[in-house]
Amino acid sequence: MSDSGATSPSRPLLEVANLTIHHGQLRAVDDISFSLETSEVLAIIGANGAGKSTLLRTIAGLHTQTSGTITYEGDEISKLRTFRRVRRGISLVPEGRRLFPSLTLEENLQVGAQKAADGPFNIAAVYELFAWMRERRRQKVGQLSGGEQQGVAIARALVANPKVLMIDEVSLGLAPIVIERIYEFLPTIVAQGIGVLLVEQDVSQALAVATRVHCLLEGTTSLTGAPDQLSADAIESAYFGTIDSSATPEATA
Amino acid sequence: MIWLNVIVSGVLLGGFYALFACGLSLMFGVMKIINLAHGDMAVVAGYTAVFLVPKFHLPEVWSFLVVVPIFALLGYIVQRTLFQKSIDRDPFTTLLVTFGLSVVIENLLLEIYTANAQSINIGSLITKSWQVNNTISVSYLSLTVLIVSVVVLGALQLFLSKTSTGRQIRAVSDDREAAQLCGTNYRHIFGIASSLAFATVALAGIAFGMYTSLSPTAGGVNLLFAFETVVIGGIGSLWGTLVGGILLGIAQQFGAHFNEQYTVLAGNILFLLVLAIRPQGLFGKKVVMS
Repeated sequence: MSDSGATSPSRPLLEVANLTIHHGQLRAVDDISFSLETSEVLAIIGANGAGKSTLLRTIAGLHTQTSGTITYEGDEISKLRTFRRVRRGISLVPEGRRLFPSLTLEENLQVGAQKAADGPFNIAAVYELFAWMRERRRQKVGQLSGGEQQGVAIARALVANPKVLMIDEVSLGLAPIVIERIYEFLPTIVAQGIGVLLVEQDVSQALAVATRVHCLLEGTTSLTGAPDQLSADAIESAYFGTIDSSATPEATA
Repeated sequence: MIWLNVIVSGVLLGGFYALFACGLSLMFGVMKIINLAHGDMAVVAGYTAVFLVPKFHLPEVWSFLVVVPIFALLGYIVQRTLFQKSIDRDPFTTLLVTFGLSVVIENLLLEIYTANAQSINIGSLITKSWQVNNTISVSYLSLTVLIVSVVVLGALQLFLSKTSTGRQIRAVSDDREAAQLCGTNYRHIFGIASSLAFATVALAGIAFGMYTSLSPTAGGVNLLFAFETVVIGGIGSLWGTLVGGILLGIAQQFGAHFNEQYTVLAGNILFLLVLAIRPQGLFGKKVVMS
């Protein structure tokens, strides 16, 4: 069921077991299982429509699963509303950033921090991490560039002091140099003990930062494993649907 | 000088319209609810002041001390029970629910208090005025309502911009789902916004009961004026609501100057002109449909 449970003797930070999710009649995610440990980056990769965003939104509580369980710190959280999951330590940086346009940069962070758990991040700490934000804290977020808005979206999630940080399509619509700058901060975040669940279409970027990779194909798991143990051919096959389960010992069809 | 009198009367009337409309604007701005029972809630507040407040041995002029807290609580409860369930379905259901509430309120008031008109007794305040010159006089009551309206709008503006709850209300208004992802319980925030809206509509209902006589069916006309005020000023802009109310008041007084029957017509023409030329209202933001 879990592709990492064998490597960790303690219970996982987050565990998804046999999760199936429907969009109306469409089965968007089909019987997916994985787990996430502290200070780990698990990249969920897959083509458009593979079910990556649906999976993250369901873990955040924005969708209801058809079957399966989501366990966080040993507790089943499937019945918890979104805001309660956030307060317990599960944050999602949604696709498209979804900042509050009528609020300033700092007000966006204040909304993110209002129910924050104890932890290393607060607004002052975020200003240390992203120095430019302090200078522009009174600007409406609509006046920021796409990369800056993405930075604010991540910072807004961080100030809640999550234990699980889910980031959906961080690089979407951004220039490579901007993406590189955003990813520069990932090691700092992980070093604080945060488990990161990363949905990324840029596979090379995902492989560069991830501890493990979980590839989805039309809602099902097509491949899992550590990036350095997966061959390029195996990833390509799993990504596009020509599954070659013999490409690597860790690959699962 | 006659025109100046028209403008002064219009501004004073506009204060009342703004007070009436700010709750409607708040509920639509935050929850996207068009509360068709808004006018009826004001009438209920007026009736509460007439019949309930004397039991507290308070002069009726101080009735807001009792009625406003009751309505603030009622607003939270109605939101968390009746309105929230309809919001969870779709906007059309919400419209039907508020329409149904309006019908129920009117009929209950007719059943309990009959169709006889009632008014809130404020003694000699109703007739007192400040005579500026031979043609211009300013009613103390109208001036008080205008001042209350400005104070309420200013306080709401401060609350929304300076407090944590106010920020959450604005965040939920911008993007309900993203606010949940920040740990905000949007249902509770909706309840607070509804509570504020009901508190202001209670003030408006009391002012209405002081100005004129209350009847169970008076809510509909008041809803129309409140709706026109919000549209003219621009949805979601509190100061726009004040300006919208004042412009509506001036337009109505302008019409009344020529013929009493043109009062409502002149306001409706202004409303239609704003809708045709600037549909987002004078202070509203343009919405681009995707």
